[in-house]
Amino acid sequence: MHVHRFEKLWFGASLVLIVAFIGTIVYGAIGPGVAMVGDDGGTINAATVSDGDFEETDNFRSPGVYESSDGEGVDVYIVARQYLFNPGTAQPIEVPRGEEVTFHVTTADVTHGFNLAGTNVNTMVIPGQIAQFDVTFEETGEYGIVCHEYCGSGHHTMAGQLHVVPQSQFDTTAGGDN
Amino acid sequence: MATGHPDDTDAYSEDEYVETEDGTRHRRAFVDRYPDAARIVRICLGISFAAFGVGALFGLIQALHRTGVFRFIPSSDYYTLLTGHGVLLALVFTTFGIAGLFQWANTRSLGVSPQSSTLTAAWLGTMTLGTLLAAGTILAGLFDSIPASADVLFTFYPPLKAHPLFYVGAALLIVGSWLAGASYFLQYREWRSAHPDARIPLQSFMVLTTMLMWYISTLGVAVEVVVFLIPWSLGLIQQVDPLLTRTLFWYFGHPVVYFWLLPAYLIWYTVLPKLSGGRLFSDPLARVVFVLFLILSTPVGFHHQYTDPGIASGYKFVAMTNTFFLLLPSLLTLFTVVASMEYGARQRGGSGYLGWLKALPWEKPAFAGIALSGIMFAAGGFSGMINAGMNINYLIHNTLWVPGHFHLTVGTAFALTLMAVSYWLVPQVTGKRLQLYGVASLQPYVWFVGMVLMSNAMHRAGLAGIPRRTAEPQYDQFSFQAVAGSVGEMRIQIAIGGTLLFIGAAMFLAVMLATWTMGKPNSQIRVNGFIPDPMSGATDSPRVLDNLKLWVLVAVLLVALAYGLPLFDMVADGVLSPGSPPVPA
Repeated sequence: MHVHRFEKLWFGASLVLIVAFIGTIVYGAIGPGVAMVGDDGGTINAATVSDGDFEETDNFRSPGVYESSDGEGVDVYIVARQYLFNPGTAQPIEVPRGEEVTFHVTTADVTHGFNLAGTNVNTMVIPGQIAQFDVTFEETGEYGIVCHEYCGSGHHTMAGQLHVVPQSQFDTTAGGDN
Repeated sequence: MATGHPDDTDAYSEDEYVETEDGTRHRRAFVDRYPDAARIVRICLGISFAAFGVGALFGLIQALHRTGVFRFIPSSDYYTLLTGHGVLLALVFTTFGIAGLFQWANTRSLGVSPQSSTLTAAWLGTMTLGTLLAAGTILAGLFDSIPASADVLFTFYPPLKAHPLFYVGAALLIVGSWLAGASYFLQYREWRSAHPDARIPLQSFMVLTTMLMWYISTLGVAVEVVVFLIPWSLGLIQQVDPLLTRTLFWYFGHPVVYFWLLPAYLIWYTVLPKLSGGRLFSDPLARVVFVLFLILSTPVGFHHQYTDPGIASGYKFVAMTNTFFLLLPSLLTLFTVVASMEYGARQRGGSGYLGWLKALPWEKPAFAGIALSGIMFAAGGFSGMINAGMNINYLIHNTLWVPGHFHLTVGTAFALTLMAVSYWLVPQVTGKRLQLYGVASLQPYVWFVGMVLMSNAMHRAGLAGIPRRTAEPQYDQFSFQAVAGSVGEMRIQIAIGGTLLFIGAAMFLAVMLATWTMGKPNSQIRVNGFIPDPMSGATDSPRVLDNLKLWVLVAVLLVALAYGLPLFDMVADGVLSPGSPPVPA
């Protein structure tokens, strides 16, 4: 089979490009440490979330912001439902600057999305699953939270806010109903 | 090669006209040679274009609504129209258009008519019934008096529930496409019995490999719909696992984009070189490309689920690696398409490093549309590489970037190619000369400009975090910060672009309608269906390329590797759990 010289060159260059792309992702994962949403959050009974019986579960707490048990950083437990985030919609979520914030997000009804607009803090929120991921905010500021997955006729009203505040102003009781 | 002259693109070749003893010339267009197949192609294209018209109208309403330029429907109905737009364009327009295109390509290249009229009636009937059920259920959502709706979008993620008839319709559309594939394979078997040692003709090779990929990949959505969603929507089972069903959807949801793309590639490989005035660069490389798509298209679905909880990062990484290797056949296609066009242009007298571009027949609608769709696909390919980048994807997942991307791929690479090739193909399957030629010549450019405006703005809006699938992406709590340009300017571009695209769609449909109603049958058509031999033919290539059984085996093996463990993980706690009851109940 005759393959033209240019075509061979192109083939080689394409393979180099592909390997380079995969290389950048690997670098992003082990260099800057860009982590994926994985299966670490575990599963949860959607009916439990819907009823608010968080005493029954050991991997999800009543929605709100908590000091981490190891004293480093905070944990944020968020329940999405048609068409609000709790916390986030009725009152902004407050997290401290410069500390590791571990988000735990699940849903009481249908599939939702959770995205801090314009950032790579982005996850699907799927019934029965807990999305768990770590974020460290280096600057104070206000972010919009968008539900980016269609979740019903009121989907376009589903949004919220997250405020990153200096550690001195941070108070775990803010933003939660715990 | 008597008919291989570069200048006879629009001339009558000896293949197309025969001279009888009394000296009169008789046309031998596709419709004259294969009247049965031509009729099937006409029916398929007719239904495809009807769906296109309705879907395009919905698209215009959405573009004006979500940008806030003009709102005349309640935002809750936006999602009904969005579901209609997705299903009618991404499932009906495509599947019927492809079925017609494949019926033509398979028949033409094998020289064998469809073997069973019963089978033909069965697949056309099944696909049509499925379309009517699914589309009817969606549109019923606009009327409060009809107790059925399917406001679940094209991806129908449970636990959002549609009326059972929606799922039944979707299943029938796919089952019908399976039967269409069976019909193509029967034609192939007939041809093979007469040509036991010959290489599979290229177009038929492309049709068969694409259908094999389709069989493997539609299995996921078929299981999702038939095993889970239909019984669940009927109340026979109380709950389904949203993550499992979603995974089954995306098992199908990525290969389906190659089901749209490969028919466009078929045209780019076999028709575009001829329309450029030349011939295909390499037949063997085209076969390699289609084999790569057959084996790599399916084990990549997790790249749509990079942001899904409940799926280990390792599985996502495997899917990402496969996805990047899928770039290879597309990059090879880029080379071949450009090389074939350049060859054609030089045959037409073009010269220079880039000066040859001017020698191409940009005034001819079929060439212009296909070439422009290829240019837009290159841009779509680059934004696709961003999507595929596992951690970069987090910035743009489910933002307007994503529809910005796929309006370049399915919305232009496929859609504009199908429209453009129709300017060339419809005269051959109807025997009618193309009407409104001037409108047709302008139409690809209208589409191109509309898509440039809409798509660039959608990509940039995505970088700002503006979500897709939303009737009113304007919130009380905050406003979006544009990275490049301003949000207001993006809205205007999307509204103007969407309007131009609708005008482009209307121009296309006007040409088709005029040709259908005003074109005289048995007229001297301006085009011919002759396709010149490639510069490098199939005989030079290894025979193993034609071993379809082997490639199917490899494809199934790769699917098992990519999906075996993740699916086992998901069903280990029971196939229906963690489960969700339907919403609304």
